[in-house]
This record gives sequence, structure tokens and C-alpha cells, in this order.
Amino acid sequence: MEKERDKTIIDKIWKLLASVKLAIVIFALISLTSIVGTVLEQQAEPAKNIQVLTKIFGKSLAPTIYSIFEKLGFMDMYHSWWFIMLLILFSLNIVICSLERLPRIWKIIREPIRPVTEEQIKKFSINRDIVLKGKPDKIKNVVTEAIKNIGFNHAELKEDKGYQIYSQKGNYTRLGVFITHVSILIILLGAVIGVFFGFKGFVNIPEGKSYSVAFSRTEPLNQAEEDERDKILHAIGASSDNILNAAMQLGMNEKSLRAKMRRYGIQPLGFSIRNDDFNVDFYSGSDMPKEYRSWLTIIDKGKEVMKKSIEVNAPLTYRGITFYQASYGMNPNAHGEFIIKVTSQSGASETKQMHLGDKFIIPGTNIEGTIKDFSPALSRDQEGRFFTYAEMMNNPAVLIDFREGGKDKYSGWILKRYPATWRLPEGYIVEFMDLWGVQYTGLQVRKDPGVWVVYLGCITIAVGLYMAFFMSHRKLWVRMIEEKNNTRVLIGATSNKNRAAFERKINKMIVLISKRQEGEK
Amino acid sequence: MDSSFFFGLSTMAYILAMMIYITYLAFRKTQIGITATTITIAGFVSQTLALLMRWKEFNEISGMGILRSAPLTNLFESLIFFVWCLILGYLIIEFKYKTRSFGAFVTPIAGLALAFIDLSGMSKEIHPLLPALQSNWLLAHVMMSFIAYATFALSFSTGLMYLIMKTDKRNETAYIFWSFTLGVFVTLMLAMGIDFLTFKVVVKPEEFIKSYMFRASFLNPSHSIKILSYVFITVIIFIIWRYGSILKKVLEKFAITADTLDEIAYKSIAIGFPIFTVGGLIFGALWADQAWGVYWSWDPKETWSLITWFIYAFYLHGRMIRGWRGKKVAIVAVTGFTAVIFTYLGVNLLLSGLHAYGEIE
Repeated sequence: MEKERDKTIIDKIWKLLASVKLAIVIFALISLTSIVGTVLEQQAEPAKNIQVLTKIFGKSLAPTIYSIFEKLGFMDMYHSWWFIMLLILFSLNIVICSLERLPRIWKIIREPIRPVTEEQIKKFSINRDIVLKGKPDKIKNVVTEAIKNIGFNHAELKEDKGYQIYSQKGNYTRLGVFITHVSILIILLGAVIGVFFGFKGFVNIPEGKSYSVAFSRTEPLNQAEEDERDKILHAIGASSDNILNAAMQLGMNEKSLRAKMRRYGIQPLGFSIRNDDFNVDFYSGSDMPKEYRSWLTIIDKGKEVMKKSIEVNAPLTYRGITFYQASYGMNPNAHGEFIIKVTSQSGASETKQMHLGDKFIIPGTNIEGTIKDFSPALSRDQEGRFFTYAEMMNNPAVLIDFREGGKDKYSGWILKRYPATWRLPEGYIVEFMDLWGVQYTGLQVRKDPGVWVVYLGCITIAVGLYMAFFMSHRKLWVRMIEEKNNTRVLIGATSNKNRAAFERKINKMIVLISKRQEGEK
Repeated sequence: MDSSFFFGLSTMAYILAMMIYITYLAFRKTQIGITATTITIAGFVSQTLALLMRWKEFNEISGMGILRSAPLTNLFESLIFFVWCLILGYLIIEFKYKTRSFGAFVTPIAGLALAFIDLSGMSKEIHPLLPALQSNWLLAHVMMSFIAYATFALSFSTGLMYLIMKTDKRNETAYIFWSFTLGVFVTLMLAMGIDFLTFKVVVKPEEFIKSYMFRASFLNPSHSIKILSYVFITVIIFIIWRYGSILKKVLEKFAITADTLDEIAYKSIAIGFPIFTVGGLIFGALWADQAWGVYWSWDPKETWSLITWFIYAFYLHGRMIRGWRGKKVAIVAVTGFTAVIFTYLGVNLLLSGLHAYGEIE
């Protein structure tokens, strides 16, 4: 008695989870809640969303509505427990629906095609009735040929007064729907693997510096926290990435250090990455960026193991961790090195690395240059005065004073992006190659062992969808019966999808049969 | 002769075809119909030429190779490609179903969209590509998305026509639904038209969406104009609701049955859905993975395409498994396309996110 009731409850739950109705409800719930998630900026500062809500509901209601939404988890809804529950329910629904339907589909797929009677053949959605001259024995060959021509293999059966040929094709395409649904599960599985075994972080590396960690915490730290984090970073750096040594140095055990690292979002990479150089390329004559590029070096166990330049859309991967070009910036307080290439008239050139105020001699002369000033983005105003129009290195320029034999000769701005400014009156070329050490590159760092699973799911879903929407399961019967020295040919055919296309094939087959028949006469 | 010459030619052809298709509706003379089709095909051929030329011009200017120079990089170009897909889809239907009745509905969309580009003075210059867009995925992702959008647009118009033909009681939900949707569409089209006439701005399309769209009406700083706009939309909806039966009578004159409409709506979605899934969602995710290191980040554009996907998944499950036919699914098809429009324009207009290209971060 007791057991019976249990069974019915489980049955009920099973039936609910196997229903398309539930699927439709889940579709609606995910969509509707997601709309809220696109209106409210996710993981944003409260002020931003209060402003959004003020626009919609007015000033008096906004704070109340904000706190309600916040309690419901809408400020980070895609990670909230109920949204994850929805996704789990969605997956369960797919699993159970697929399990429910697979045996039935499988049965249809494996079912061999059988001959049919004359009454049955006439009931198919596509059917034709033609009379051809000649005996069925001869017609059979023609028909066989034509069926082969439209791509069917066939079985044949000898009947009383003739033959029946029957064939099916594309029965496995019925698996398309199943494959599509399983692919969604594979993609979700890949996402789960990524959440549990991967991390997402970022790191800003100044030119010339290297890092062995990435940062995954986005919430700001207070001063005390920041100090502690820096101490930990220092200890990790000093013990060359050995966490155990770093913990000893800090006077704590490894476990608590790891906990602290998690708290501050410090992700050890297991190797170091150095920014050798960062550069922005612009489309000529404009401030429209063409390319952001970082030259990076991977250092593993003290050895340089990889050198590669990355740009947007072309990341670098080492030991499962991928670095993406994400942003850049400038540290105005850093003391960079000016890299200047001087070429004399004879063509001999020399590259010099200098600081602001440093002097250099043009080879073979006694002309002396002094680096006087720098602008990251030099421009002229209407009166022709120079000014800096941006904080980033949009149009870097150095002001160099030239003196000969202790006397002022000339001075001028040399612009990195404009070769015309490099040439001195005497024909020497002073090229401003770079100001190195003031820019940093912003790298998005990701480790995601699940991404291959996601890719696999993407491939199988494409295959599944193609099978489900563009291929069909087609069946064909042709019955040839002798009738007054002629042969009556009855054709019946069905297709689970796109009947019109199959009908055209059948018509083509009939044309082939008639042509061959006439040719043989 | 450059690409803009042929674009201009195709715009004129589509507008001319629109007028002839409407004349055809009134007089039903075969010769008129053939003329309309011929002009549409001529417009289509010249638009194809224009697209290829622009592709070539883009390649010459940017020097980034054929695959990365597809003219699909901004609103202007995507709108043109959308129109191209729409006309192609229409021509296929005209030949397959041997009916010209749709012409009077599809060519106005094409003509209006192109005229909208001309009127707005939308920037037609070739802009070099931002680093984030320099990828071979651009071609596959954007092209397939727009092919899918065009099929969804077809299912929208056939779905709407189906609803108009199948409803006759003014208190019926489906009747209220279509008259409301049509009313909103008509008014928003008008509002955009007023925007252009008022501002006559020559700006980038993205900027237009952000700073000018609906500023002459619904988003006007003046309260009275704002209120007037809402009154106006209500009046339009009311008129369409009240006199919807006239539209029905017009549609009934066509040599097209409601069942054919239902079938076309279904077939369009059956073609568009897999293309959208693979080209829009999957290729988009793969590209994002390569460019940003996240294949899915729930940014508004992604989320809205997922919502669109769910709506069409809803349509297909309702139809294939629960056996829904007719009005029920037609409503879903119409709703699906409003989500498409929101994904395409609304997200940029109202919401922010990663797809607002401009800065590196």
C-alpha cells in the first residue's frame, strides 16, 4: 500500500519532468527573468541600478524596489541559487525527455521496412499509379535502376503477378533531435567543469615587469586588505612561487595562506609571464586603433620557454592557461626609457636607451641632442601652439634640443607616428622608436578545462540541428503487377519532413523510368 | 561607377517594385505582376553587385584580406545585407508558391529600410575595423545571424497576415494581439521617420540610435510632446483595432490561403532556427571565447539572443510535439520577431554591454 503511493509520487514527478509543458514553462521563466537581468546591470555598483530603477519607477519607489530585487538576487542573478536551479531543472527536463523518447525513436530507426499491400500503398501521402508496356520482369530492372539513381538501396520481393521493391533511407536522421538535446547537456556540462576546475582573472603588467599570479577578485579592497594582499604577493614573489615557502615566510601554514589567496582572488599561475613591450597601432592619420599588441615571454622554472606576441582575437595559451589582450593603460609616474635610433648620412645607425634629460651625440659629428620633454599625444591648437590632447600614447613625441660645439642649433618635436619629423636638416635621421616602461598591458587570464567539452557540444549541436531540420527519413514502395500484358506500377512514399522535396525526387524517378522504358522498345 | 551607385539603383528599383506590386493587388493583371517581379530581380541583381563591390572596396582600403573585409561591420551595412536576404527569401517564395501577393508587403520593408538609410544620412563611409572585429568569425557570425533574421522577418509577416485573416471578433485575444503589435510597429516606424525629418543628422548609426532615436517623439525632453506621442500611439492602435476587418478583406482578395501562410511561417522558422543557433549563438560564443576569453558572459546582447532562441524553441516544441497549429503558434512567431528586433536594435538603444564596440575595455 505504502509502496504503491510512493511509486505514484515518483511517477508523477517523472511525468512532470518528462513533459514538454515543463520545458515551455522553463523557457518562459528563463527568458522573463533574464530580461530583468539585462535591464539591471549585473555585479554593478548599487548607485547605477538605483538610477535605472528611478527612471522606470520614479524616485520614491526606486530604493524599495532595489532592495526587493537585491534580496531576490537580481543584482547578480545569473549566479543566484534560483537561476542555477532553473538551469538544473532545464537539464533534468532534457535528460528525462530524451530518455523517454529515445526507445521509441530507436525502435523506428531499427525497424526494417516491410512490403505492403495494394490498399496500404495507396494511403501514403505521396502515391503514383502508372501503366507501362512490358512484363514486370523487364520493368523491374528499369525501376531498380531508377531507385538506385535517386540514391536508395532496396530489397525486393516476388509476388503473385509481379514484384514489390521497397526501401528506406535516412532512418538515422531521426536521431537529430536527440543529438541536439544531448548537445545542450554537453555544453552545460562543459560550463560546469569550467566553474569548478577553472578560473577567470586579469592582470595588468607594466612593460618590463613579470607576474606569476592573476587576480580574480573584482570587488574593491580596503586599505588594510590591500596591504595584506601586497604582503602575500611579495612573499610569493620572494619565494619564487613556492606557496609552502611563502607561507613559512609569512608565519602561517599553507592552508591558511591558500584561504587568504582565495579571499583576495590571487590565482597562482605556476609560471611567470613578462610583458616585453606593448604597443597600439593606429590607422594612419587617425586616432582609431588598428591593433593592440603585447610581446610576452613565459618563464617557467627560471627558463624562458615561450615568446609570443598577442593581440585581440589572437591569445596565448601555456599549460592550460590562456592570456587575452583585454585592455591597456599608462602609468604617468613611471620613469620610462626613450628608445631613439640615430642614423648618420653614411647609413650607420645606433639605438640608444635614455631617460628624460639625457644627452646623446649623433655619430660622426659633434652635434649633441638632449631629451627635453615628452608628450603622449601631441597636437597643435589653432594658433599653432603645442598641447597634449590625450593621456594615452596616441601620438607620442619627444622634444629634443640640438647643440653643436656648445651653441644652440635647433630644437623640435620628433613624433613616433610621423617619419617626416625624424629627419634633421643635415640629413641625419633621429627616430623616436618608443617610450618603454610606462605602458601596461591588461590581460584577461583564463583557465577553463571545460572549454573543449563546450566546443564538442557546439560541433554535435550543429550536426544534430542539421539532421533534425534539413534531413529526413524517407520510405519508398514500388509495386509492379502484370495487367493484360502490361505492367501497372504503383508507387507509395512517405517522408517525415519536407515532403515536397521528396515528391520532386519521386517525379524524377518516374521520368527516368518512362524514359528508359521508351528507350528499350 | 562605385558601390553606392548600384545601392541607389536597387533602392529605386525596390520602391518602384513596391508601387507596382500594390498596383498589381488592385488590378490583378499578369503583365503588371511580371513587371513587378522583373524590377525586383533587377534591384536584387544590382544590390548583389553593390555588395560585392563594397566588399572589394573594403578589402582594398583595409588590406586585411577577403575573409575579414565582408561589408557587415556596422548598422548601415547590416541593414543592407538584411534587405538583401529578405528580397532573396521573398523571390524564393514567389517562385516556389507561385504567388505575388506578398510582394506588396515585403518590398515596402525593403524600400523603407533602404530609404531610411538614405534619409538618415547614415554614415556610408567605409570605416576601418576595430581590433575586436578583426576576425574571420565576423563573416560567418554576422552573415548567418542576418540570414536567420531575414527568415524570422518572413515568419513575422506571414504570421501577422495569418492572424489578420483568421480573426474576426474584436474581443478575441489574437485579434487584440495583432492589432496592438501592428499599431506599435506602424507608430514606431512613423516616429523614426519624424526623427529623421527633425534632426537630419549625419552621424554614425550607433550614435543615431543612442542619441537621436525617438527623440522627436517618445523620448522628447518636452513632456507635452511625450504625452502627445503616447496619445498618438493609442489612437493608431485603436484605429487598427476598430477597422481591422478592412485589412482582412484586403488580404482575402489575395490568392493565398491561411494554411499557406502558416506553412511559410513554419518553414521560415525551421530554416532560420538552426542557422541562428549555429551562426548566431554558437559562432558568437566561439568568437567571444577567442576575443575576450569568455564564451558566455550574460551580457545583454547574448542574453537577448538567448531569449529569442527560447521563443523560437517554444514555437518549434509547441508545434512539433504538442501539435499546436494556427493562431497559437502565429502569436509566438510574431513575438519572436519583436525579440529579434530588440536583440538587434533595442539592446544598443536601451542597454549597454560588450557589444557597444568602441573602447578596448
